[in-house]
Amino acid sequence: MSATAAKPRSKPSWANELLYLARRYPLGVAGAIIMTVFVLAALFAGVVAPLDPFSTNPRASLAPPGSAYLLGADMMGRDVLSRIIHGARISLAVALGATFLGSGFGAALGLASGYVGGWFDLVVQRLGEIMQALPLLVMALVITASLGPSLPNTIIAIAIPLIPNVARVIRANVLSLRELPFVEAAKATGMSELRVAVVHVLPNTLAPLIVLATAQLGSTILTEASLSFLGLGVPEPYPSWGRMLSESAAEYVRTAPWLVIFPGLAISAVVFGANLLGDALRDALDPRQRD
Amino acid sequence: MSSVLEVTDLTTVFHTRRGLVRAVQGVSFTVNRGETLAIVGESGCGKTITALSLMRLLPIPPAEIVAGSVKVAGTDLLRVDDATMRRMRGSEIAMIFQEPMTALNPLITVGRQIAEMVMLHEGMGRAAARRKAVDMLRHVKIPEPERRAREYPHQMSGGMRQRAMIAMALACRPKVLVADEPTTALDVTIQAQILDLIGDLQRELGTAVVLITHDLGVVAEVAQRVVVMYAGRKVEEAPVAALFADPKHPYMRGLLASIPRVGTARGLASMDDRLQEIPGIVPPLNELPPGCAFAPRCKMADARCRAEAPPFEMKAADHAAACWKS
Amino acid sequence: MSPLIEVSDLRKYYPIRKGVLRRQVAQVHAVDGVSFAVNEAETLGLVGESGCGKSTVGRAVLRLIEPTAGAVKLRGRDITQLGKSDLRPLRREMQIVFQDPFSSLNPRIRVGDIVGEPLKVHGIGDRRQREEKVAQLFARVGLRAAQMRNYPHQFSGGQRQRVSIARALALDPSFIVADEPVSALDVSIQAQVINLLMDLQRESRLSYLFISHNLAVVEHIAHRVAVMYLGRIVEYADKATLFTRPLHPYTEALLAAVPMPDPTLKRQKRHVSGDVPSPISPPSGCHFHPRCPYAEARCRVESPVLREVATGHQVACHLR
Repeated sequence: MSATAAKPRSKPSWANELLYLARRYPLGVAGAIIMTVFVLAALFAGVVAPLDPFSTNPRASLAPPGSAYLLGADMMGRDVLSRIIHGARISLAVALGATFLGSGFGAALGLASGYVGGWFDLVVQRLGEIMQALPLLVMALVITASLGPSLPNTIIAIAIPLIPNVARVIRANVLSLRELPFVEAAKATGMSELRVAVVHVLPNTLAPLIVLATAQLGSTILTEASLSFLGLGVPEPYPSWGRMLSESAAEYVRTAPWLVIFPGLAISAVVFGANLLGDALRDALDPRQRD
Repeated sequence: MSSVLEVTDLTTVFHTRRGLVRAVQGVSFTVNRGETLAIVGESGCGKTITALSLMRLLPIPPAEIVAGSVKVAGTDLLRVDDATMRRMRGSEIAMIFQEPMTALNPLITVGRQIAEMVMLHEGMGRAAARRKAVDMLRHVKIPEPERRAREYPHQMSGGMRQRAMIAMALACRPKVLVADEPTTALDVTIQAQILDLIGDLQRELGTAVVLITHDLGVVAEVAQRVVVMYAGRKVEEAPVAALFADPKHPYMRGLLASIPRVGTARGLASMDDRLQEIPGIVPPLNELPPGCAFAPRCKMADARCRAEAPPFEMKAADHAAACWKS
Repeated sequence: MSPLIEVSDLRKYYPIRKGVLRRQVAQVHAVDGVSFAVNEAETLGLVGESGCGKSTVGRAVLRLIEPTAGAVKLRGRDITQLGKSDLRPLRREMQIVFQDPFSSLNPRIRVGDIVGEPLKVHGIGDRRQREEKVAQLFARVGLRAAQMRNYPHQFSGGQRQRVSIARALALDPSFIVADEPVSALDVSIQAQVINLLMDLQRESRLSYLFISHNLAVVEHIAHRVAVMYLGRIVEYADKATLFTRPLHPYTEALLAAVPMPDPTLKRQKRHVSGDVPSPISPPSGCHFHPRCPYAEARCRVESPVLREVATGHQVACHLR
């Protein structure tokens, strides 16, 4: 018997494996670099930022990008670059936190709903539909209003409306996976239902889950912006990209475009990076994409 | 008898990320009016690609027909422009598929699909085409054809859909019918009905049929001539009786020995307890061995077989094969 | 000798629900009172056309789906009445091999782990012992132990089917449901897998419920054969009897319809007409009567029962 293409790579060490993946997915590496840069900037904002993001300077009000203020200054004369670097803390915490939380709960719920079925499924589905009938922002508004503005509450408020979307997609996926022979075969060995669900069904929903999560990353940053704009986000004076954007968008887009362009670019870069990384991750985690 | 389909040196390749895949290499055959030629082989042997090449239905790229000619009544289908080809499809050469559900439009009634085909090719008016569609459905022995013509494909059973597709394919009396595994998705009792139907219509209309199949039973029952394909090449060609009585290529011999047969218990055929196996698997088409593609699985293969591809030559009267050993 | 598996009056009805309240409006009798037995080291072939319920029988026997009624006895013990935890140890005795070699293996798991999983589930051996056992299983089904680290997509259809068989053998079962195990394979590969299944039976005294629509394969591998039509067994006999003296008109029709790979046997064919009716609304009386060339008035109203016409030969037909 000869295998079709089965030349097993000699047991790759950890580093070899990483190197192989890097060579295989250059775009994923680019995404990973973008994300790492932003995460490092957020973690070491105090060290990296050239100026204090909070100190105002009336004389530098709306100063254009130049040597003093690399990316310009806002109306109160605060350095835009430093604010973006500090803002990464909140924006990334919200974006990643809400996405992970929402996707995680959504996936668990979708898995349970699709796999268990019956009345549980019925109830979960109807509740999800009720939630989806309300606009995401309105939901988030209601939740923060009742929880009070703070970073964790903002994350929770943004994560909850994501849950029904994710649950729906995962449930649909689980419904088709559930009927596949390899799931039946696992049951035939006497595996418990929970283990079948976690070992055989869940990993096969990874692809749509990652795609969905990276797609939602951007919208979480923007939702945070809207919440902040309405005074229900992370309280002042902590900057977030969304708020930097929403505060200046209407007033200064013509007179001081750098106030809009640079936070916008930061958001785009994170969304872009997350998508590149997500796509590569989806492929790298799928053994069928190898060789 | 005159040949209506003449395929010469047909060569189709796929340009893929993993290199050039030689799906069909220099395949030639002719089919006469009213004759059934079967092309047999296992998955990946190139039989379906051959069929799609005849119809020019392959996506180009990645596919490319790099050489050969396909002449239907003298016209080379590979040399005409797209508009002419579209006109030829249905009126000169038609095709039926394994899964009629995917070949019929699910949103249009069966009657209308046939009628539009007739309007397109024969310039009939709507009402006349409609009547013709019902006639065709009656012709393929669909009960209550007036009612069935108003139904959508999903409302029909698999056998009924295959009948409807045959009705559509033959509505404009094409000279050549290419049937790609037409009964593989059907139950045996329905398969028998469909094979009978194709045979009856063929006798009546004089259609030349190219039957693509992997089922040697179907071949034995309906074909007059057989082309055996392996790894993209024609390895044997003969009239059906000669092929089954005295296969010249070791692959065909292996296939015939490997199939269990109904009737062993009745003594109609004898069978050892163990089926003969052909060891190994079909080689991937982008990694073909240098010599005979079957050599790695062949008991008789020697150094020459592995080094040099055997020519396709006459081994007996009207019986040709590509093998150094026969 | 009492049979290894004894199935009596097995039924599986599926509800058809409609409307917002998902009210049950009708039932599909997918399996409608099926009884058979499988002895040790014996193969029972279960044949029939699509929608006849043969796959449902295979799954209900293993309780992969819950039967609506009836009993499935394994060595005399009715498994349909057992709770999940009581059933678990019995699963070691009964395994399944599926038709589609592609969807029957989880694409994300290495084949070595797929084959070793049943051992892990039942807590057999430590990691090293399990690996050894998996290597043995690979050798038994004709795969190389080095292939254990590969993923399913790196194998051909026939090799995947070998992996499936190795998984089914991992717990040393005595009974395997083989649901169309060679139907998706190429002809030359079919022979390899059929031979493997027969070799394993000889070596380990395995019993098979061999479900197939391919009469030639069933005739080759089975000792006894049950023919199903629309949820019921219509004929049940040992292989030689069934294939030489079929009594039910449907069996006759099936045998007549199989194309023979021998051009000298151009027989005069008498094909049954009509389609296989939908199991949602099967014909009254004998389900086969609309297609039966011999049907009489009685066949249209009265449903024939399966009765023994000769020793070990049962048929459900008023006329035979």
